[in-house]
Amino acid sequence: MPKRKDISSILIIGAGPIIIGQACEFDYSGAQACKALKEEGFRVILVNSNPATIMTDPLLADATYIEPIHWESVEKIIEKEKPDAILPTMGGQTALNTALTLDKKGVLKKHNVILIGANRTAIDKAEDRQLFDETMQSINLETPASGIAHSMSDALEVQEKIGFPCIIRPSFTMGGTGGGIAYNISEFKSICEKGLELSPTNELLIDESLIGWKEYEMEVVRDCEDNCIIVCSIENLDPMGIHTGDSTTIAPAQTLTDKEYQIMRNASFKILREIGVDTGGSNVQFAINPDNGKMVVIEMNPRVSRSSALASKATGFPIAKVAALLSVGYTLDELKNDITGGLTPASFEPSIDYIVTKIPKFAFEKFPQASPKLTTQMKSVGEVMSIGSNFQESFQKALCSMEEGLNGLNTINNDGSYPSDDEIKSELTIPGPKRIFYVADAIRKGWDLNKIYSLTKIDFWFLDQINEIVDIEKELKKASISNLSREYLQRIKEKGFSDNRIAELLDTNESEIRQLRKMNNVMPIYRRVDTCAAEFATSTCYMYSSYGGNCESLPSKNKKILVLGSGPNRIGQGIEFDYCCVHASMAMQEEGYESIMVNCNPETVSTDYDVSNRLYFEPITAEKILDIIDIEKPEGVVIQFGGQTPLKLANVLSENSVNILGTNVDAIDRSEDRERFQELVNKLNLKQPSNATAKNVEEALDKADEIGFPIVVRPSYVLGGRAMQLVNNTKELKQYLNEAVEVSNSKPILLDSYLTDAIEVDVDVVSDGKNIEIGGILQHIEQAGIHSGDSACSLPPYSLSDNVQGIMKKQAIDIAKELEVIGLMNIQYAVKDENVYIIEVNPRASRTVPFISKAIGQSLAKVASKAMIGMSLTKQKFSSELPKDLSFVKEAVMPFDKFPHVDPILGPEMKSTGEVMGIGPNFGEAYAKAQKGANKILRRSGVVFISVKQSDKKYLDEFVPEIINAGFEIVATSGTSEYIQKLGYNVSTINKVTEGRPHVVDSLLNNDIDLVINTTEGSQSIEDSASIRQSALRNKIFCTTTMFGAFAIIDALKSKEENWTYSTLQEINN
Amino acid sequence: MSFKAILALEDGSVFYGKGFGKEKYDVGELVFNTSMTGYQEIMTDPSYKKQIITFTHPHIGNTGINEEDNESKTVHASGMVVKNFCEKPSNWRSKITLGEFLEKNEVIGISDVDTRAITSVLREKGAMNCCIASLSVISEKEAIAKAKEFLGLKGMDLAKVVSTDTEYNWNEGVWPHNSKSNNEYSVIAYDYGIKENILRLLSDHIGPVKVVNAETPFDEIIKQNPKGIFLSNGPGDPEPCDYAIENIKKFLEKKIPIFGICLGHQLLALAGGARTYKMKFGHHGANHPVQDMISKDVFITSQNHGFAVDESTLPKNIKVTHISLFDKSLQGIEFVDRPAFSFQGHPEASPGPQEIQILFEKFSSMIKDYAKA
Repeated sequence: MPKRKDISSILIIGAGPIIIGQACEFDYSGAQACKALKEEGFRVILVNSNPATIMTDPLLADATYIEPIHWESVEKIIEKEKPDAILPTMGGQTALNTALTLDKKGVLKKHNVILIGANRTAIDKAEDRQLFDETMQSINLETPASGIAHSMSDALEVQEKIGFPCIIRPSFTMGGTGGGIAYNISEFKSICEKGLELSPTNELLIDESLIGWKEYEMEVVRDCEDNCIIVCSIENLDPMGIHTGDSTTIAPAQTLTDKEYQIMRNASFKILREIGVDTGGSNVQFAINPDNGKMVVIEMNPRVSRSSALASKATGFPIAKVAALLSVGYTLDELKNDITGGLTPASFEPSIDYIVTKIPKFAFEKFPQASPKLTTQMKSVGEVMSIGSNFQESFQKALCSMEEGLNGLNTINNDGSYPSDDEIKSELTIPGPKRIFYVADAIRKGWDLNKIYSLTKIDFWFLDQINEIVDIEKELKKASISNLSREYLQRIKEKGFSDNRIAELLDTNESEIRQLRKMNNVMPIYRRVDTCAAEFATSTCYMYSSYGGNCESLPSKNKKILVLGSGPNRIGQGIEFDYCCVHASMAMQEEGYESIMVNCNPETVSTDYDVSNRLYFEPITAEKILDIIDIEKPEGVVIQFGGQTPLKLANVLSENSVNILGTNVDAIDRSEDRERFQELVNKLNLKQPSNATAKNVEEALDKADEIGFPIVVRPSYVLGGRAMQLVNNTKELKQYLNEAVEVSNSKPILLDSYLTDAIEVDVDVVSDGKNIEIGGILQHIEQAGIHSGDSACSLPPYSLSDNVQGIMKKQAIDIAKELEVIGLMNIQYAVKDENVYIIEVNPRASRTVPFISKAIGQSLAKVASKAMIGMSLTKQKFSSELPKDLSFVKEAVMPFDKFPHVDPILGPEMKSTGEVMGIGPNFGEAYAKAQKGANKILRRSGVVFISVKQSDKKYLDEFVPEIINAGFEIVATSGTSEYIQKLGYNVSTINKVTEGRPHVVDSLLNNDIDLVINTTEGSQSIEDSASIRQSALRNKIFCTTTMFGAFAIIDALKSKEENWTYSTLQEINN
Repeated sequence: MSFKAILALEDGSVFYGKGFGKEKYDVGELVFNTSMTGYQEIMTDPSYKKQIITFTHPHIGNTGINEEDNESKTVHASGMVVKNFCEKPSNWRSKITLGEFLEKNEVIGISDVDTRAITSVLREKGAMNCCIASLSVISEKEAIAKAKEFLGLKGMDLAKVVSTDTEYNWNEGVWPHNSKSNNEYSVIAYDYGIKENILRLLSDHIGPVKVVNAETPFDEIIKQNPKGIFLSNGPGDPEPCDYAIENIKKFLEKKIPIFGICLGHQLLALAGGARTYKMKFGHHGANHPVQDMISKDVFITSQNHGFAVDESTLPKNIKVTHISLFDKSLQGIEFVDRPAFSFQGHPEASPGPQEIQILFEKFSSMIKDYAKA
């Protein structure tokens, strides 16, 4: 059936900020959907609160709203735009839930809007556990023994039937938030309690535990004529018990016979039909008993998901694009397979002739209080994917892509020792993120594979593969570089051993191995991802490296530029950098270059096969990049946009005479090397908070005394404030040096005087080498000391004087000139008493680039890219002028709900996973929208709890009358209460947690408090008050941990939601 | 134990790898199969007689060999070409390894070759004759010569070679139930190289099957008053099978329900007056989209054929029911004036998708209508 004629405008709901369980895969899917539907002539309206996405680029939709994804805001947009239909399947659980709410609230009916791609019945049947179980029974498919509970007593009843261990899952939460495995009654009760709260329907599903069963996923696409295809099967290396998002997974499935596979395939289609997914992509998860093949259905997602993105990248089949086109009436046979150049239709099942491995990336180091164990609740923050001609190659390439200092299947310990048998046993039984390395160490220690299997239930097929890797390591350890034959080198390269790993095992260095390879002509070949296992020719340049056989790279003679991507998402380096890389690639194409992208993150837009002219899906390591440069011979390489990932390669690339575009490598060193940076600061007469570098503990303590406390300490060369901490005295510094970091000659630590209550400012600069322009000045709302990535910020600044802004602009230009910046540069300042201090300089793209770009209506990354290939800013007609009378606020989104034991307090170490943008005619509205976008619900009146540290009390003089005016009554802890009483205001006093009951946490849990203002300092006080913040978070009570944040709330409260304005980016920037 | 092995093509190109299975040499037509599952079914499919199969899936042997998934009593393909050969299978049904199975059935395999390059060559140049050999048995030069000497499948009647010598009855259904058939109707199946899953499906959908030799004359069958004739898949060129074509013509005259698969489809078309031709590299995979010309439904099908029916030669009384969406080639026909139809792909799957098994339903209702009349 061809395109539907009864709809002409479609509203696409995005996924909002990046959070654990919902990452940039939905930018990829949403961007594909926007492009596809726009090409088909539909008017595309988009709402997404996340400015760092490609999908919110104004060219991708006809009307782009960066607004909170909340049903009330979306209704306003529906009123204004009057779309014919909503496509809710591209924006993850967020979009699906929003669409459901719009339906329940009668908005769809009222405005005569239909849902396409999914319907309410189908969503309910798939998402409501009881309905899902019943549906499966009706088509004779088994689901795990289970029960539903809406209260603790229900839960206990169900548990009695099912026994232990059992799996608890709250309904309608993403990434399985709040779920877990209980082995005993106390664990059971605590998980249930949390789950009941987190589920928007207060519903829990309690499942029979299938821990150790084999786990599979099927990616299914269905059209309105009931044609169904499987795009990809995925087998989890980690069996049931670990959330699939946290599991290492392999495509296609490796350990099923055809008969078993077809049973799963048939079941998948049956499920889609019975659930009633009319069109689009879905995924179905199965568990299979490894002893007898018994199959049960775990769950299905009636929408494009994280694994759809993975399946798309794994096969080359663009699920989101196809799903979008199916939702408007096309059938699979009417759509072409782009990868074969339209030679074949989309109605086929990709056949792949390589192995794909996905490995999740975790951030437990950021949350030391969180238990680093993997369960049914997703905790990973990103992932890598790799492609190889066999499992070992694919797996080892994936490990190298992780950017965790791995060069393969490394040992747990660096010193050649092995963990104790007890430790290994425990790690194999109760898995953490490093389980597979413990498996390898167990094999190295001579453990029997049967024993490893019985503890992990990792399929023998995978264990054998890992065993072989370990065997080769042993051979290598005995060998020396002089007696490596060409054949042997070729063989181990085919098994995916990196040069670096080989060098390590042979006790030599990586460049020796590279030379040896070149001498022996052991070079990689490149194969194409073609969806058809070479059955048809392909014109699409989507490639991966391998060893042995024919090379299909066929590089062109065009002038070309290589763009290095940003690798896996992690806290501190996320989608913002992918945004920049994509824009760099687009800019190069616009200027007549062939653009070549290298990246290894399957969630991203940059790894879409049609974003760049050529795509290499490869680890971003020196070896792989140099190999690609050898074959492609690009004119230049862009390393400015992918965060630290490509920047780390700057030296090795320049040593290999690679032309790095833009700012030269030395400028990076001048800004990152403390001593050289200080020279720069002195030369330009800038102010810097007093600081020092220390190479051992004694030196650190001495220097700290010189500088004076409080001090911010951190290791050098880090991103995202890794291991950064504010210390108030010698004791705390000692503790930090003992527990948090290693300090040595090669790993010095940095000490900076902490400017109390200073305002932090981010300035982004773009330069063509002659002209230097300020992209934007962003004033942080939280004071200096809170990591810039975790602070909210405002564009334009909302309280900085013209004088201060002028000083910052001048300094920024001076620095850019001195460093000879070509491209982007980011500077962080701290402002105190009209004095401007320089905190740091980064001659590269920063996290704030997409946010500023959305506000000024020009892509800074694109402008910078063009400047890097010689196009002046004047020629580009660049202007960073902001739209008149508008304010833009960025708010960070924190993952604290996934880590219940972590204190949700902001500090110098970055913890946020994503960001949202609020746009309004004034700061208050923009800030309020940003809060709502971040899903922090600000109650408009009620009771405010105030407990502030001594140094903040002075702010209460101004704050208290304002908050009372806004309609709040005040409760406060004794010290704060006394201060407020002295000011002459009404206040009730409440016990601190340490002062006996009832105390503040009781009130929070009883929902007697509507707003929390809680600032604190010193490790003891922080610890004492953690339960306040945790309880507020659990009960969704708005909590701020800074006074600057508290004042922003006053502004937000002044803006009334019913008066909020909704404008598109297209309107704003015209 | 592995040994040094080569794959020599008729154009003189040679691939070097590791051998597994039986240390020997063998010749045949080199084809590729893009199915990601089902090597056991493929290797035991009689349609692969005289063919050497390149598997594009990168790991082969992972699930070993079990007792339920064979498509015939033995391995019919002449050799197996894989990228990575797995000697340590892992699957709860596995009984022996693929290597042991090949050795037992005296078939040679080669691994550690660039299967993607081979596939690309076959895609560009068409199916090629080749020799797969252990270097301990013959030399590289000899192997190339053997590849050149092999005359290919054009004009080769292999149905006769693989057909059952003695007739037998079959009444077991498909895995995992393998239920005995107690349906009322029985079918005669001509064995030109029949896959057992066809028998299982006939048994499940219609009733007990009597399997007869390819050359069994019409008179002998008609005496038994058959309610339906099934024409099986099989290897080689359909045109030399005149004995079969003659038989089918007679069944058509009698208006007995006929269902043909693959070679059976080609023979039915030939009996109806159409012509067949040798394809460049054929269809070998489990992901081929086929469209039903009437309902417009798309089926993902299993395919394995090197010959095809030429659509332009179809007489007026045969209509096209299915076409391939990959290359628009003919995939299914039906007589308008008698109860006979056929399908080029493999509705019995095994390996591959099973949705077009509804054709067995169609045959079943045809037989019921015929029996009632």
